[in-house]
Amino acid sequence: MNAPLTTMPAAAWPEPGRDRLLHVRADGELQALSLDALPTLLRPGDLLVLNDAATLPACLAGRVRGHLVELRLAAWGADGRVPAVLMGEGSWQDDTDLRPSPPTVEVGEVIVLAEGREARVEAVDPRSPRLVRLRLPLVGDALLAWLYRHAWPVQYRYAAGPLPLAMVQTGLAGRPWSVEMPSASRPLSWQRLLALRRFGVGLAVLTHGAGLSATGDPALDARLPLPEPYEIPAATVAAVQQARARGGRVIAAGTTVVRALEAAALRGLPPGPGTAELVIDAHHPRAVVDGLITNMHGPGESHFQLASAFVPVALLARAHQQATAWGFRAHELGDVALIGV
Amino acid sequence: MPTTTIITGSSRGLGRALALSLASPGARLGLVARESEALRDTARAARERGATVLAVAADLGEVEAAPGLAARLLEGLGSPSLLVLGASTLGAVPLAQVLDTPDEVWLRTFQVNVLGGLALARRLVPAMILAGGGTVVGVSSDAAVEAYPSWGAYGASKAALDHALRTWAAELEGTGLRLLSVDPGEMDTAMHHDALPEVDPATLQRPEAVARRLLALLATPVPSGSRITLPDWGGAA
Repeated sequence: MNAPLTTMPAAAWPEPGRDRLLHVRADGELQALSLDALPTLLRPGDLLVLNDAATLPACLAGRVRGHLVELRLAAWGADGRVPAVLMGEGSWQDDTDLRPSPPTVEVGEVIVLAEGREARVEAVDPRSPRLVRLRLPLVGDALLAWLYRHAWPVQYRYAAGPLPLAMVQTGLAGRPWSVEMPSASRPLSWQRLLALRRFGVGLAVLTHGAGLSATGDPALDARLPLPEPYEIPAATVAAVQQARARGGRVIAAGTTVVRALEAAALRGLPPGPGTAELVIDAHHPRAVVDGLITNMHGPGESHFQLASAFVPVALLARAHQQATAWGFRAHELGDVALIGV
Repeated sequence: MPTTTIITGSSRGLGRALALSLASPGARLGLVARESEALRDTARAARERGATVLAVAADLGEVEAAPGLAARLLEGLGSPSLLVLGASTLGAVPLAQVLDTPDEVWLRTFQVNVLGGLALARRLVPAMILAGGGTVVGVSSDAAVEAYPSWGAYGASKAALDHALRTWAAELEGTGLRLLSVDPGEMDTAMHHDALPEVDPATLQRPEAVARRLLALLATPVPSGSRITLPDWGGAA
């Protein structure tokens, strides 16, 4: 994990029963609450849109010309053609940035993976040779079955131990499109979601394949997030339009949901698949999303930049400082904030 | 009639009969069973009837495999409208009394009959709720209710599944998700023969007939949380 320096400690392991929510209102008021108070912060008629992507085990051990490497798939592709990042030898306990560089690979080169199967390098990124496009040895369900046999989920150095696959899933996990957990909805238990629905808040989903949060190459990290695939069901488009028509607000559970909806909005919000390539920051005129539920992010993180599309940077920085003082915890297994509504 | 159905224990017996009853052009079937020629054969027969089939070889007793299993089924088929938890094991045959049943057999029986099915269902039901609802059927047994000597591990596991589904139904009231336990009655299956080899198969129900009757039951508005004894059910077959 390539975390910026922050005084907020990371949550090193999921803490059952922990339910802290930071409310960052557009008028600048800050409040620490329980997630169970979410219905009191939203209104009947609002719509909560969630990312139902499951987290794919995306890390594989490989060998290139005798060198051990770790291969991290940067996206899921049923046709076996996927972007991937090569990492040098090491384990989850090593700082991604300090691991040895992987060997430089060339187009046409072969990476030997589990069961002796071979991935072929189809393209190498001109700016970062560790970012490659691969043709994996299998396609479709056979590829998934192979990955679930041999691959492990992306790990985090701040974690108290290796995270098993089941621990990096949200309660909504469906199709395995994400290579890292869409973690904002991790603390949204079904008890909480159904309470919101009974209160009159609509629930809708889209699938957005969250990519890697760190690559070990600062130049490549600066370009994150890379283009990410999404799919928005027709029912979700209809729910968004109905919510807006009745004066309800659209709340995104996670930055991935913001990216998918705002990317689709640039094309008139059609249902169906797309690729989110846009960068969202304070200058992005939001077309669809009114509020955001996200993990705790400090200045310098790309998610912090995205949140500045909802409230001013100065308020976000103050909120982060205050939340740190209140004992909030950062990163994928940490606490969440409701921002902008 | 549901368009996408996932059936565990679909290589033999009631699971296979259900799969073939549903197999028709337009139907999408996710067939889960242990790796076997029987699973490949069920998949082949269902495809011949025009169904789109995703056959997933898996041992449901390996509970930690459930995330991958659910992900493969949802990626390959989308959200199901019907999930049948049919995979069952007797534990060990000949069936033994409680005092004579080893810990490993108790464990394996509960892993397959309760935990594996629930672990998969817990990962499919969210998609079903968000898609507007659907039905989950746990295949139960009269041994879940009656205390038959030597049926302790099997009966207790089925009772546990029944109760988990009943509790779950109470939690999901109003979501459009219907959870049912169905006791299909005694059928002429390999499992029945393993348990009670002395019984004349001619005296038992054919799984194909039970499958048709079960699907007829599901087409009626049976309320979520119900436990139905199929031989006693009054609806038309």
